[in-house]
Amino acid sequence: MAVGIKVQNLKAWFGKTQALHGITMDVAPGKATAIIGPSGCGKSTFVRCLNRMHETIPDARAEGNVKIGDTDIYGSGSSAVQVRRRVGMVFQKPNPFPTMTIYDNVAAGLRLNGVSRGRELDAVVERCLTSAALWDEVKDDLKKKSGASLSGGQQQRLCIARALAVEPEVLLMDEPASALDPISTSKIEELIFSLKQNYTVVIVTHNMQQAARVADFTAFFLMGELIEMDKTEKIFTTPSNKKTEDYITGRFG
Amino acid sequence: MNASYIGIRRYLVNHLATALSWLAAALVLVPLLAIFGYLVYRGFGSLDWAFFTQIPKPVGESGGGMANAIVGSAFILLIASCIGVPLGVGSGIYLAEYGRGRFGHLVRFTADVLNGIPSIVMGIAIYALVVIRQKHFSAFAGGLALGIMMVPTIARATEGMLLMVPQALREAALGLGIPKWRTTISIALRTASAGIITGIMLAFARVAGETAPLLFTAFGNSFWNMDPTQPTAALPLQIFVFAISPYEEWHRKAWAGALVLVVLIVAAVTSVRIVASRGVLKGSH
Ligand SMILES: Nc1ncnc2c1ncn2[C@@H]1O[C@H](COP(=O)(O)OP(=O)(O)O)[C@@H](O)[C@H]1O
Ligand SMILES: [Mg+2]
Repeated sequence: MAVGIKVQNLKAWFGKTQALHGITMDVAPGKATAIIGPSGCGKSTFVRCLNRMHETIPDARAEGNVKIGDTDIYGSGSSAVQVRRRVGMVFQKPNPFPTMTIYDNVAAGLRLNGVSRGRELDAVVERCLTSAALWDEVKDDLKKKSGASLSGGQQQRLCIARALAVEPEVLLMDEPASALDPISTSKIEELIFSLKQNYTVVIVTHNMQQAARVADFTAFFLMGELIEMDKTEKIFTTPSNKKTEDYITGRFG
Repeated sequence: MNASYIGIRRYLVNHLATALSWLAAALVLVPLLAIFGYLVYRGFGSLDWAFFTQIPKPVGESGGGMANAIVGSAFILLIASCIGVPLGVGSGIYLAEYGRGRFGHLVRFTADVLNGIPSIVMGIAIYALVVIRQKHFSAFAGGLALGIMMVPTIARATEGMLLMVPQALREAALGLGIPKWRTTISIALRTASAGIITGIMLAFARVAGETAPLLFTAFGNSFWNMDPTQPTAALPLQIFVFAISPYEEWHRKAWAGALVLVVLIVAAVTSVRIVASRGVLKGSH
């Protein structure tokens, strides 16, 4: 079942510049949590720390305590590769593997992790593409077309299907719709709505309407710090912090 | 300056630039076609079935062919590729994925220097290091000389192509929990494969016609040999021997050999390209 995330005093650096200044927050299991805040406030850095992607950047490091379910992902016995299989990620710009077919894109996570399951793979691919609301559009081209030949919106849903295939418990989405047209965007939003029944979703967005539409909880970040986190409704109607209010009423950012 | 003047100027400059680039492209074709035409003119007449099936006849006897040299060249190039391709691709991967430090710079510098070493020097070096020690010339020594010559081109091509693979693709793979080594091989290398293959074929075509590095290594042989530890005939060597001989018939055979060498290199490069492009998906670029 869906797991929660407990973050305690999380700090992150790029070389000498600190991007996160001690974040402490809980992400509820089986809910969608939105991260909002102005550009450069550390939203991407934060979610990339939740699946240990941050440390893949040269000279970048993170420190603090992050628990996915009962696992301390920065603990000594934990491996980044294992963490990333439990915590899937969808990036801002759709990034399907261009040399692979649609089928192979979805199967990539299982195959390249050595979990090739023969016939079963067909079922996994169909299930994930269906969950990503893409199956009907691509079912005839599965092994004919490259992932890169799809439209931007389809590519992003392919990337979601690809992430689901590894059977993660948490799904991180970093502005998943910001590069897409309005119709594709609303498809992705509907998708997030259905995904949170089975997964814990953390979605970064700079679009406040989007946060209001899809998220149960919303966290507001500013300059590497968590200013406020609450039920989405509460954040957008009666925030307790003045800075949050200034931001959502458009006074800055 | 009025608008129509700018319009006319733009039109002229645009067309002039297009015409010049066409001209440059056409000029590139001229030497290639001229050389090929001349080879056909001088060499085609001496090509017959025997040329591809028989070994050279002794001086004074007419007929004979270069079959042993054609097969010998293929054999030496196979050895060279077995050495040069893995070493070149391997060090290219190192440079692109891990070579940010001082050792990376050293490898890069070495590759560039190696690229500039005259091929005759490579031949002499392998002669001193391998041939003298083993006490005889061999196909292996020839393949080693050519293989080492392939390394810098392949390494730099591999590095360049891997660096062009978007970071986003590596992140996509890492984000799925795929280990870094697997990401490098299955995602980065695979995405860059078309460019890497082009680099390999460039290196191959370049060494396939080399004569100097083979003079003191493979040495040449008037008879069949498929033993890698023995001296072996090679097309460029055979052409060289025939071309500097005083016999008119051998000169004609040398031209024919040159024609065959060029055609075989073009055929090898083209067929690898065709096979490689089969694997490329529609709409993937
Ligand atoms: N690769 C990087 N190298 C150095 N600094 C970075 C890098 N990525 C982000 N930063 C810095 O870290 C801070 C947070 O960035 P980020 O998490 O991307 O913000 P957001 O996603 O909220 O726009 C910014 O000040 C940014 O300049
Ligand atoms: Mg960001």
